[in-house]
Order: sequence, then C-alpha cells, then structure tokens
Amino acid sequence: MSTPPRAIDLGMMACHVCRQVTAYTEDRHAHCPRCGNTLHARKHASVSRAWALLVAAAIFYIPANVFPIMRTQSISSKDDNTILSGIMELWRAGSPGLAVIVFTASIIVPVLKFLIMGFLLVTVQRSSGMVARQRARLYRFVELVGYWSMLDVFVVAILSALVHFKILSRVEPLPGVVYFGIVVVLTMLSAMSFDPRLIWDNRKSQ
Amino acid sequence: MSDTNVGSTPPDDDLPQPVVRKSKLGFSLIWVVPIVAALVGISLLVSHFMSAGPQITVSFLTAEGIEAGKTQVKYKNVVIGKVTTMRLSRDRTHISVMIDLDKDARAFATKGTRYWVVRPRIGASGVSGIDTLLSGAFIGADAGDSDQEQNDFTGLETPPAVTHGAPGRRFVLHAGDLGSLDIGSPVYYRRIQVGRIVSYELDKDGKGVSLQLFIDGPNDRFVSKDSRFWNASGVDVSLGADGLKMNTQSLATVIAGGVAFQDPPGPHETEVAPEMSEYTLFNDQATALAPPDGKPRYIRMRFEHSLRGLAVDAPVEFLGVKVGRVVSVNLDYDPETHSFPVVVGALVYPQRLGQAQEKLAKAVGGDDDTLFPRIMAGLVAHGLRAQARSGNLLTGQLYIALDFDPKAKKVSFDPNAKPVEIPTTPGDFDHLQEQISSIVDKVEKIPFDSIGRNLDGSLKELHGTLKQVNGDLLPEAKKTLQGVNRTVGTANDALSENSPLQQNIANTLEELQRTVRSVRAFTDYLGRHPEALLRGRGADAPPKIATPSTKQGKEEQP
Repeated sequence: MSTPPRAIDLGMMACHVCRQVTAYTEDRHAHCPRCGNTLHARKHASVSRAWALLVAAAIFYIPANVFPIMRTQSISSKDDNTILSGIMELWRAGSPGLAVIVFTASIIVPVLKFLIMGFLLVTVQRSSGMVARQRARLYRFVELVGYWSMLDVFVVAILSALVHFKILSRVEPLPGVVYFGIVVVLTMLSAMSFDPRLIWDNRKSQ
Repeated sequence: MSDTNVGSTPPDDDLPQPVVRKSKLGFSLIWVVPIVAALVGISLLVSHFMSAGPQITVSFLTAEGIEAGKTQVKYKNVVIGKVTTMRLSRDRTHISVMIDLDKDARAFATKGTRYWVVRPRIGASGVSGIDTLLSGAFIGADAGDSDQEQNDFTGLETPPAVTHGAPGRRFVLHAGDLGSLDIGSPVYYRRIQVGRIVSYELDKDGKGVSLQLFIDGPNDRFVSKDSRFWNASGVDVSLGADGLKMNTQSLATVIAGGVAFQDPPGPHETEVAPEMSEYTLFNDQATALAPPDGKPRYIRMRFEHSLRGLAVDAPVEFLGVKVGRVVSVNLDYDPETHSFPVVVGALVYPQRLGQAQEKLAKAVGGDDDTLFPRIMAGLVAHGLRAQARSGNLLTGQLYIALDFDPKAKKVSFDPNAKPVEIPTTPGDFDHLQEQISSIVDKVEKIPFDSIGRNLDGSLKELHGTLKQVNGDLLPEAKKTLQGVNRTVGTANDALSENSPLQQNIANTLEELQRTVRSVRAFTDYLGRHPEALLRGRGADAPPKIATPSTKQGKEEQP
C-alpha cells in the first residue's frame, strides 16, 4: 500500500495556531518560533485523555437520566420530570415534533457520541487502518453535533428564568440538568482531546 | 503515551525517557476525571439508597383524586411519601396504591398505621379538606404505636375521627339502634362539644349497636363511672303545666344527631371512669337521669272489655308513679263465655318504687327470684288491681293503673305462675257507663204521662184566667192610666217656672223675710229696753241707724 507521507515522515510539524511549519521534535516543551504556541506533532496523551473524559461523561450520563431535570409547579400540581418522562409528556401532550427534537438532542446525540468516540478510540488503539476515511467523517460529525446536546440545558435555563409567576406557575431546575450539562461538556472535551490524525497514523503498520 | 511513541519515528532526536516519565504523570492526572465522576455517581447511589424509605401498598375502593407520581402522603401536613404507581386489583373491586415513604417515615410502615384519602368533604357536621380543592387530594396517614412492620394496608374511606396519640379516652355505648348518629357525631357535656363518635358496629348477636366514642382530653375526666349518656338528636318538645317547652342541644344535633352525657343528680359515684368503660345509651335525658331501673319484670293482665286507646309503650303506673310500660296488647278468645278478653303484657321495674320496694322486700324476705311474685301476691291480697284509665281525654289514650281497690272481690293469685298475672277491674269508662245507665233507669221511672196531663189542665185554666184579664181588667187599667196621665200634666203645669203658684210662693217667702227682719229689730229693742214691755215705748230719740222701715215694722208688729 502506498500512502502519502505524513508530516512526521518528512521531519516536519506545524503550529496549530499560526500554521508555521517547523522541524520535527519530540520535545513536549517546544514552542512555535513565530507565535509562541506549544508545538506537538500529535496531541499529547490524546487517546487516554479522550478515554478518561468519555468514561467520566458516561458515568455522569446515568444520574443525568435518573434524576429529574425540571420541576413545573402550577396552582394545582407539581411535576418533576426527568429527560425521558419529559419527552413522554411532550409526546402525550400532543407535540410529537418537539418530543422528537428533544429526544434527538438529549438521548440520541449523547449516546451516538459515546458510541462513535468509543469506536474511534478502540480502532486507534488497535492500530487498525480500517475505513479510515469513514472514521474521519464520523469524527467530524461528532464535533459538529456535539454542541446541540446542550439544547436541554438551555431549555431548562430559559424556562426557569422566564416562568416565574409565583403560585400560578413556576419552573425550577433540578440537579439532573447539572449532570446532563456535565455530560455534554465532557463529551465535547473528549472529542476535542482526540487527535483525528491518529486515525491515519497506523496505516503503515498494517 | 503509546500514540506519541508510535509517532516518534525520526531517529535524530533523543529524550525518550523524560517523555515517558512525564506522560506517565499526565496519564494519572487525566484519569482523575472519570474517578471523580465515578465517586460522584457512587455517592449519589449511596445517598439514594440511604434516603429510600420503605415501600408500602395501600388499597382503596376508589382512586378518585389519586395520581401516580404526584399524590403525596402527609402526616400532620408534612410530606412523608409519594404515590409511585397505582393499579387495579385483579378482581377489580379495589385499587392498590404503591407508596414510597421517606426514610424517616419508617414508623409509618408499621402495624396500626391508617391511611385515607383527604378530599373535600361536606357533611352535616361540617366541611373539611377545602384546601384540597386547589392542591388536589392527598393521602393522610396516622401512625399506630406498634413496632411490627407491615407493608400492606387497607385504606380508610373516611378520615378517622381521632388521630393517634390525641389526648382523651374512648368509651363504649350500647344502644338499641343507631338512630341518626354517625361517625363524627358530636358528644356534648353541658352543651359543650367534648368528643365525637368514632365507630359503631352491630353487636355480635345483632340485637343492638355498640358505639365507640372519644372524649377529648382534658374533658374526659368528667366521665364518671356513674355518668349517663343519652341521645341528644332532634328536638325534644314537651307540653307541661308551665307551657310548651322545646329542648335541643344545638342546632347541629337537630340535623346530624349527637350524644350528651351528664352525671345523675343526687349521690353518685364520682370516680373517673377507666378507658373503654361501657354505658347504655338512653333515648332521652329524662330516662337517662332517672335512677336505674334494675331488672324488668313481666306481668300480664286480662281485661274483659275493649281497650281502645291502649297502645304499646303506654305507661304503667302504681299509685301515680310510673313503674313500667305496656309491651303487648293482644286479643284472646274465651270459648266458655264467647267473649274476647284483651291480654295486656307489661314490663314493670320494681326498683322504680325506691324505698317502698326495699321495705316490701325486707318484709316479705326470701330469695330474689321469687321475691317479686310474692310481693305481688301480698299486694293483690290487699286489693291491688290493674285498671285501664284514660290518661288524656282529648286523644282517649289509656294507661294501666295499679291501684288498691278496697271494694274489690277476692281473687285467687298464683305466685308461681309465669308470667305473673295481675287481676283487673273495669276501667273508668266502664264505671261511667254503669252510672249513666243507672241515671237513665231513674229517669225512666219518672211518670212523665201524668205530669203531662196535669200540666195540660193547669194550662187550660190559665188560658181562661188570661181571657178574663184581657176582657175586663185591661180597659179599666187603660182608664186609670189616662187619669194618672192627666194628673201628672196638671202637676207639671203647677210646678213649671212661670206658674202662679211659683210666683205666690216667691212673694210669700219675701214677705216672710221682711217679717223676720222686723221681729229681729223688735227683739233688739226689747233687749235694750226691757221696761218697754210694761211702760211702752220711751220718748228718747230714735237711734241714728234705725231706718224708717224698721220703725214701721215695729209699729205694725204689736
């Protein structure tokens, strides 16, 4: 298999900020001669960081789903809703469209991120060169879609700020939404600390 | 670390060792994040399990107002749990409600705890649970004092009247029927509500009702061993010698019923009654406060005449004292005389006779069982008879009077007979009938025929006399009357103001006056000159005052 040479192969590396090409060095304390940013051929401890953050996110995903995220209080009732029960309520209340959106943003996207990131990390660790292109595309997808999982958090934040009519009706955030926010942040960090160039690194060894 | 090692292909640079060491440090640091996450997760799990209380199941007849996941369980208005799920029982007769209790509400998963649904209720005795109109129903709880764990409960359909641990005591009342009482009916002491009825049930033999009532502390101390309870429901209207009286405990009892209690008047036991003491529920205050009746005795009376107006519950009186009541009035047939005697059964309470009964018992002696028939035997020998008397002339109602009749004929009395049979005498009305018939007999004996004939002759004579009077006497009388009329007219004329008689009289009187005056002058003169009687009038000058008229009068007089 003939593959195009990598920057490392040519004894070069680039600054991430100003794109200055410099000579390759292993030294982790090397700095860009032009802008002063740290230089590294690959992100430092990329796989282990991504794994750690992903695992932490997965752990927090459990309380995020178990605990109620929002309390809706009206004159005659008090409702505590978890993510899933909120979606079911939306569906039952006659807004299936909204339910689908919330379901996508709060359930499908985080789960997809766990699966894709896990898959990427496992394949990188196994030095598998399989479907490298598709994996790169998956990575881009994860990065793109990651921000949208914050939808739920925003909904709760906006509602609890807006709906404040004393005893008539009130929306209060509950601890679940904090865990969910942590999950989203951690998955984003995990995706960021993953270096997609690693996907291509092992093609040679194959 | 591995990835950087893999990527380090260029041979020219060294420093592999420090890279490895530093990367080891970095490795351990980044894994702190998932470890922290795990710790947080574990702590959440632990706190969840620590805070989880017991799970219980309560069955209700209806799920009205209960919502899974929302309805709360409250004790003294503090939330102690929440309904998680709700399902219909397999036989569809009730519903089961699963409740997650809080950790510190463990005491509510014990035997004796009661659960009920608090809904707005409007009853005759008040309104409750208004707040649940807005907030929705909740499940009320009341803990028992048992430590025994229990997870399945049967919910009450109505809130319990007494919460656990409330100060006060329970008592038991026995009544013939429930009347208008209900759970929650008030109990009054001197017209102040001091408690309420908490439960009732039929006696095991079905012959009465047992009510349980709860008297709130500290008023429960007023229930003494001798207290009397009576049904205060409704209005007590009595028409007595002092007018119409209406008596009721409170307006609420008129509709909803209630129970009142009080100590009987006179000497009685004042010791505070222990919990669950049993009492009889009387029908009204008068019977409740009356001295105890003791054991009733059944007596039977046989009347030979109609007893129209004698009803069951009519009083039986002994010398005017009410000692019992009629319990049955039945017809009998006597084939020998072809008559229909009336058999009246009555219950009498010998203890109502008070001292008399005690003294009689002492006089007769013997054992208690046969005491009553023997006392009665003695009384019957002395002329005790039963009599149906009219108690009310307007309505014609009868009562049975036990009275001594000295003229009564001797009858045989069997003290061993059961029931005791009291001989009777005819009642008031029968006497009256006899008397009336004897009067009628006497009236019949009067010779109305001859009286009539005599009267007829007398009347004829009278007729003749009257004719005579008409023919002779009346014209004469008429003439006399005319004469009288005329005389009266003359007298009238003579006496009228301008008549000559009147004027004459006036003149005469005037003349008389003058005469009297001259007599006075004469006597005056004589007084001064008594010698004038002998010598005649002196020659001295006449007095200055004297008027010529008086001189003239004096001259005329002699």
